[in-house]
Amino acid sequence: MLYFALRRFLSALLVMFSISVLVFLIFFATPGVDPAARIAGRNADPATLAQVRHSFGLDRPLPVRYLLMMRHLLIDRDLESFVNRGSKVVPQIVQAMPVTLSLVIGAAVIWMTVGILMGTAAAALRGTAADPVIMLVGVVGVSLPAYWLGEVVNLLTQKRLHDSVFSWVPPPGYVELGQDPGQWALHLLFPWLTLALLYAGIYARLLRGEVVSALNEDYVRTARAKGLSERRILVRHALRCSLIPIVSLFGLDFGALVGGAALLTEVVFGLPGVGKLTFDALQNLDLPVIMGTVLYAAFFVVLANALVDILYARLDPRARHA
Amino acid sequence: MPEPSQPLLDVRDLRISFRTRTGAVTAVDGLSFSVAPGEILGVVGESGSGKSVSMLAVLRLLTNPNVTVTGEVLFRGRDLLTLPDKEMRSVRGREISMVFQDPMTALTPVYTVGWQIAEQIRAHEKMSKKEALARAVGLLSDVGIPDAGSRVNAYPHEFSGGMRQRAVIAMALACGPALLIADEPTTALDVTIQAQILDLMRELNARGSAVVIITHDMGVVSEVADRVLVMYGGRAAEEGPRRAVFHGPRHPYTWGLLDSVPRVGGPRLSRLPTIAGVPVSPESVPEGCAFAPRCPARHDRCDERPFLSGESEHRDACWLPAGERESARAAAHSAPGALNRRAAP
Amino acid sequence: MSTLTDQLAVPEARRRSPGPWRTAAADLSRNRSAVAAALVLLVVVTVALLAPLYADHIAHTNPFQSHVSGTTVVDGRTVPVLTPSSTGLGLGVTPIGPTWDFGHYFLGADNQGRDVMARLLYGGRTSLFIGVTAALLCCVVGTAVGVVAGYAGGVVDSVISRVLDVIWAFPVYLLAICLSVVLLTDGLSLGPVTVEAGSLWLPVVIIAAIYVPYVARPMRGQVLVLRNKEFIQASIGSGAPALRVMRREVLPNVLPTAIVFLPLMTALAMLTESALSFLSVGVQPPDASWGTIIEDGLGLLYTRPTVTIAPGLLIALTTAALNVLGDGVRDALDPSARLRGGV
Repeated sequence: MLYFALRRFLSALLVMFSISVLVFLIFFATPGVDPAARIAGRNADPATLAQVRHSFGLDRPLPVRYLLMMRHLLIDRDLESFVNRGSKVVPQIVQAMPVTLSLVIGAAVIWMTVGILMGTAAAALRGTAADPVIMLVGVVGVSLPAYWLGEVVNLLTQKRLHDSVFSWVPPPGYVELGQDPGQWALHLLFPWLTLALLYAGIYARLLRGEVVSALNEDYVRTARAKGLSERRILVRHALRCSLIPIVSLFGLDFGALVGGAALLTEVVFGLPGVGKLTFDALQNLDLPVIMGTVLYAAFFVVLANALVDILYARLDPRARHA
Repeated sequence: MPEPSQPLLDVRDLRISFRTRTGAVTAVDGLSFSVAPGEILGVVGESGSGKSVSMLAVLRLLTNPNVTVTGEVLFRGRDLLTLPDKEMRSVRGREISMVFQDPMTALTPVYTVGWQIAEQIRAHEKMSKKEALARAVGLLSDVGIPDAGSRVNAYPHEFSGGMRQRAVIAMALACGPALLIADEPTTALDVTIQAQILDLMRELNARGSAVVIITHDMGVVSEVADRVLVMYGGRAAEEGPRRAVFHGPRHPYTWGLLDSVPRVGGPRLSRLPTIAGVPVSPESVPEGCAFAPRCPARHDRCDERPFLSGESEHRDACWLPAGERESARAAAHSAPGALNRRAAP
Repeated sequence: MSTLTDQLAVPEARRRSPGPWRTAAADLSRNRSAVAAALVLLVVVTVALLAPLYADHIAHTNPFQSHVSGTTVVDGRTVPVLTPSSTGLGLGVTPIGPTWDFGHYFLGADNQGRDVMARLLYGGRTSLFIGVTAALLCCVVGTAVGVVAGYAGGVVDSVISRVLDVIWAFPVYLLAICLSVVLLTDGLSLGPVTVEAGSLWLPVVIIAAIYVPYVARPMRGQVLVLRNKEFIQASIGSGAPALRVMRREVLPNVLPTAIVFLPLMTALAMLTESALSFLSVGVQPPDASWGTIIEDGLGLLYTRPTVTIAPGLLIALTTAALNVLGDGVRDALDPSARLRGGV
């Protein structure tokens, strides 16, 4: 098990490295583009351009540039935004991290609970009228653009129904957990629900398929022949085996969301997380910040994947020896 | 007619039909048979003959909503088909156990073998997990798994096919069932392992359990069965004590089955006889005798459906007059390939 | 129940000879929700295609035409399209709301006085175009990559698989954003292929690229299994060149899966397009897509929510229909095919 974890961790490092190279290539080696002009932002003066060229080693070979970039980001941690002169990238990311984590962890708890309940219920009730109804809810969840849903939620809670049903909803924004846990949860409630709805739909649909096919497996027939109750067969056998692929998908999604895929939700609800940071940088074409957040994102994705693979091995005994 | 005092399992007029896209299909049509306490019944037939489905129906394991099962399945006098779900559950695994064909997929992959055996025990008996696990170790060593004390914590994928089938059998034995139904328990296994599994069945039988063993292999039946039920097209073709069926088969289908088994010490054949035509599909079973289209001794009466009949325990469903059977079989046999030549319609 | 299928499968397969495609089509046409979804899509596509008809002959405008100081007629009265905002610093404007009159700003105007209905129809053309072409491109490339990797094995497979792993591990939106940021200003030129900066093909290429692993990975898995099947081995053994085996034997067998992915990918691509456009790194002005219209409506959310709500509903309706249709196609063709669910 330890050996497995170690090996998995090494391969995660390798993927990290590949992603950083990929990002680097996208920004620095796309044909026909002057990276200096892009890093310096719009309408940069020649002096700034020269400074950028020097700082990022743009006159030197690609591998050197890559190493310089990584040094700025990881060792010196002095990668600097040229659009907002003087603001360092790494501290901004560190500051935004708790916001994103709060949003994603809360939403993940909701969507996993709701998704598993919905998916299992639909599978158990297949053949009845409840199954298509549950699945329709799932399809709606999958098909709504998240940011748009957030806007509609805002419209209802902040404007249309604010004077009646939703008078208790605070204005968009973020309150730190340490400062006031109640307000923290209250501010995050609708962002959580919005983000969770989408993923709950995806997971419910996926899980239903897995459970239905598991229920047709021979081992379920064996379990039935053993005289187990239908509930036990469903939960301890069919669902337990179906969770394995779900968990691996969860790792990907969770990592991606922490890494910034939640940016639409953050933007819409005015949460100053990593996604919002990326978004703002995008508006100003502030390339150093974008590079920083993307690499940070990759780090989280890869880390989450590695953790999930280890968890996966705990869930599926067959994977331990693979 | 000497009836066994009280059959353990008495199936009467079992009918199983599936609703399919193209209409209802009758997979089993009016099947009746019984199993006496402590005996081994071999059920033989080609795939599609309805043998597995009937046994699944006995335990009510046909969960597909498109399936309709009618008739009576009397087990110790109670009709299992009308039993409430909860009582049915206490029959399954405790009074009647079932072993399935493919040991590779029969166990849940994410739990240890011991856990799964203990689960079965605890489903029927009040017992701590520890005690159940200890019993599982005993069962595993009973079925011949070496070093059962540590193998009890192994996962199914760490077992070979034969070991898994033993584990499945150990699980089936966990609560000392009065009846064990084994659905092609040896088909997926190597020949050497097959013999061991059959030995296990016999041993189990010696301890008092009745066994129904489903197979398409006449060899398996000849080795272990006390009585034989031959099925064709969802109906019983012939039924009787093993000795009688093997030495004096009466139904032309049974002739075919027996003749297609190669014999050590028999004449060297350039080609093994086969039964001509293709097995009847459940969707197109003829009105009359199901075997008639492939039968070498077919005659006019075969348009009418024959039922199991006969004076003794050895009964068959064929219209051929008793006196003509010997000569008809000899005729089919003496012209090598005669069975082959008759094409199916 | 395996026993059940064992016993019904053989004769049924023998008796039913119309071939797998016909059977699948028959299955699909029996699936009521899939048929309903197909009808919804048909309506959406038709209406979007009729956009010029509406703009030219009913609303007498076009989606790019601003009417900053224009007027229109509502209930017989002439009203301005844009009214200076009464609150705040007076910088904002409040455009006319929905009139529910097809001839005059049916769904109102946006903050540049453009007819929202006309923009919606034209935007639908853009969104559908990007969704369908990106999905097609992605499925074609993904299938090709998956087939080559799975068939070739060895080093080729390792290299392709690692590359796919890296892209797979990357949050798709961030990857798309990175590519868009770089390509939006200058366009893309790769050898003979040149894509202009403002071209609609840019989001198409980007979206197709980021989702390639979604298709290629399951395809590769299928080909790995197929590769060991007797008929492929026989074909290889008979000395057929690799390309021919791939085309004649492998491709027809993975084609159903590719087709299953198509509607699901289209839904995913449309959602991605709208999100990118919303982030202003997708479709570029003056072109409209449903995503850009939502972005346009953002500033008007509390005063004229229709501008935001209408395109969002259309996206939801279209992608929901695509998902339902996709599920139907999957059930009919390849129940085991599964797309990574994340959006």
